[in-house]
Amino acid sequence: MSLSSIDATLLLASLIVAATPILLAALGELVVERAGVLNLGVEGMMITGAICGFAIAVQTGSPLVGFVAAAAGGAALALLFALLTQVALANQVASGLALTLFGLGLSALLGQGYVGVKPPPTARLDLGPLSDLPFVGRVLFSHDPVVYVALALVGAVWAFLKYSRAGLILRAVGENHDAAHALGYKVVRVRILAILFGGACAGLGGAYISLVRVPQWTEGMTSGAGWIALALVVFASWKAGRVLLGAWLFGGVTVLQLNLQAAGAAIPVEYLSMSPYLITIVVLVIMSFDKSRAPGSLGRIFHASQ
Amino acid sequence: MSVTRLLTSAALALGLASAALAQDKTKVGFIYVGPIGDGGWTYEHDKGRLAVEEHFGDAVETVYQESVPEGADAERAITQMALQGADLIFTTSFGFMDPTLSVADKFPDVKFEHATGYKAAPNVSTYSARFYEGRAIQGHIAGKMTTSNIVGYIASYPIPEVIRGINAAYIHARKVNPEVEFKIIWAYTWFDPAKEADAATALIEQGADVILQHTDSTAPQAAAEKAEGVITFGQASDMAEYKPRPRVSSIIDNWAPYYIARTQAVMDGTWESQQIWHGIDEGMVEIGEITDAVPGDVKAEALAMKEAIAAGEYHVFTGPLKKQDGSDWLAEGETADDETLLGIDFYVEGLTAEIPQ
Repeated sequence: MSLSSIDATLLLASLIVAATPILLAALGELVVERAGVLNLGVEGMMITGAICGFAIAVQTGSPLVGFVAAAAGGAALALLFALLTQVALANQVASGLALTLFGLGLSALLGQGYVGVKPPPTARLDLGPLSDLPFVGRVLFSHDPVVYVALALVGAVWAFLKYSRAGLILRAVGENHDAAHALGYKVVRVRILAILFGGACAGLGGAYISLVRVPQWTEGMTSGAGWIALALVVFASWKAGRVLLGAWLFGGVTVLQLNLQAAGAAIPVEYLSMSPYLITIVVLVIMSFDKSRAPGSLGRIFHASQ
Repeated sequence: MSVTRLLTSAALALGLASAALAQDKTKVGFIYVGPIGDGGWTYEHDKGRLAVEEHFGDAVETVYQESVPEGADAERAITQMALQGADLIFTTSFGFMDPTLSVADKFPDVKFEHATGYKAAPNVSTYSARFYEGRAIQGHIAGKMTTSNIVGYIASYPIPEVIRGINAAYIHARKVNPEVEFKIIWAYTWFDPAKEADAATALIEQGADVILQHTDSTAPQAAAEKAEGVITFGQASDMAEYKPRPRVSSIIDNWAPYYIARTQAVMDGTWESQQIWHGIDEGMVEIGEITDAVPGDVKAEALAMKEAIAAGEYHVFTGPLKKQDGSDWLAEGETADDETLLGIDFYVEGLTAEIPQ
């Protein structure tokens, strides 16, 4: 065993890259669920974002335009979900599962011409002297812009839900949609906006896999990341800060266990392999022993006449 | 009333006609472990399926199901295919072994072909390719080309096929480079691009400048391309889009001739249960183009080894070889028999890691 071969700087830098896709998708889903909607289509929206972002980045040569397109693609798929569940009042669980299947199929179709194509590289943000700092420079200040967008989004979502009037309305809609409706808030409109935001975030997360983390297009390449993000929201008790912690834990332990294996650590591989799931769940479950609970109207159908 | 009766009989007639048509056609089913667009393992099996369609034209109908998880759900997928009237079903991953046998037991008239397994039945054949022959050639190139003397290996599951590949590559890397060290990561998946890329990145960060993979997607190639001076090999498929670097050569699985032959056997009624294991010689294992990134002399040696293996002059597992624990395995000049190789569950001497239980 030679743990010295693990470079802590590179490890922490990889951790942040590995955590970003699920962080983005989970943040989006967090807002959706805080508005009282359960969208199980995260995986479908992620993979659609992955191919939309990839295709547009390849066509235009600009990863930035690709990421915008990915958000738009994810939101477009989410709009379908919004129409089904908010306008046609379809069952949310069934619609979400259908959305995942639809997204997987649609992305495979869209991606036919893109197998084996190389995307334009996403440049690292040059933060000048900050990036040159020893250790912290590599770990924190030399990533691509999307990493910082994701981190900023954590703060923005947290502040939005906690301090802004619009955030309070969104939470009210999620906690008790009848009361919110009686107060004159537009329940359906708020929810549709939340669903679109969730779709855009999932799309960004998917594109981060296809444009930065791997970078290539392969059918089904999100490979369950959307489900991890969904689970993360629940275990994080619908709190933005804990989503960040959970994503870093999951991403971190995933990368760490691969590095430990490569270094030949004397821990059985089976335990290493299950450790990301186990550790993330245990930590977040222990933290959720406070009074946090699911939004009151989560998954319930709203109609103004009822 | 008469209209209803007319419609009913028309529907019946149609139903009978289509049933009769369906009986004329031989229906061949394929169960895949990944998506056909994985660019590797499943992609090659699907090329085999398309070859069957092209060869027989209207005489066959093929059906397939992608991304079937190994384990209990596989049994449902295979059963469904048998119920749909498939005459011959290829189940194309090791983990489909027990589900295939259990479904085959319930459908004695349907023929089953299981890839890379070792359990057969009167209506279940097994077929596999001697991928380890290609691994030996990769090991040779890896041993010659590494400058850090660290070779990274992305393994999937600790099954004989994968362990055989690691041993074959290591033996031949060490033969030309005694300093070489293998770092092995078990991904516990056949297909998860993000995880495969992470594994490749972890290996590269720990100094590996050659990456061998036994997982199905092209993600490790993309990860290696991001790093400088790392070489890789295509797995299961040519992965030619990563030529000439990082991909310097590849193992290509060519299933088409076998699939055509077995479909023909079902049509002729001559199908019998068998267990075959074909290699470079029979053309089931092909070595993809060795690019100019490989020095000329190394390329020539690799090709010579390929010829020798194909001609039966050289066996990849030729003694003297010891097991990892230092005990004797093969004496000088002795070659491993197929039975040992099929169930191999140990590393050869020199590998430092342990095989997960």
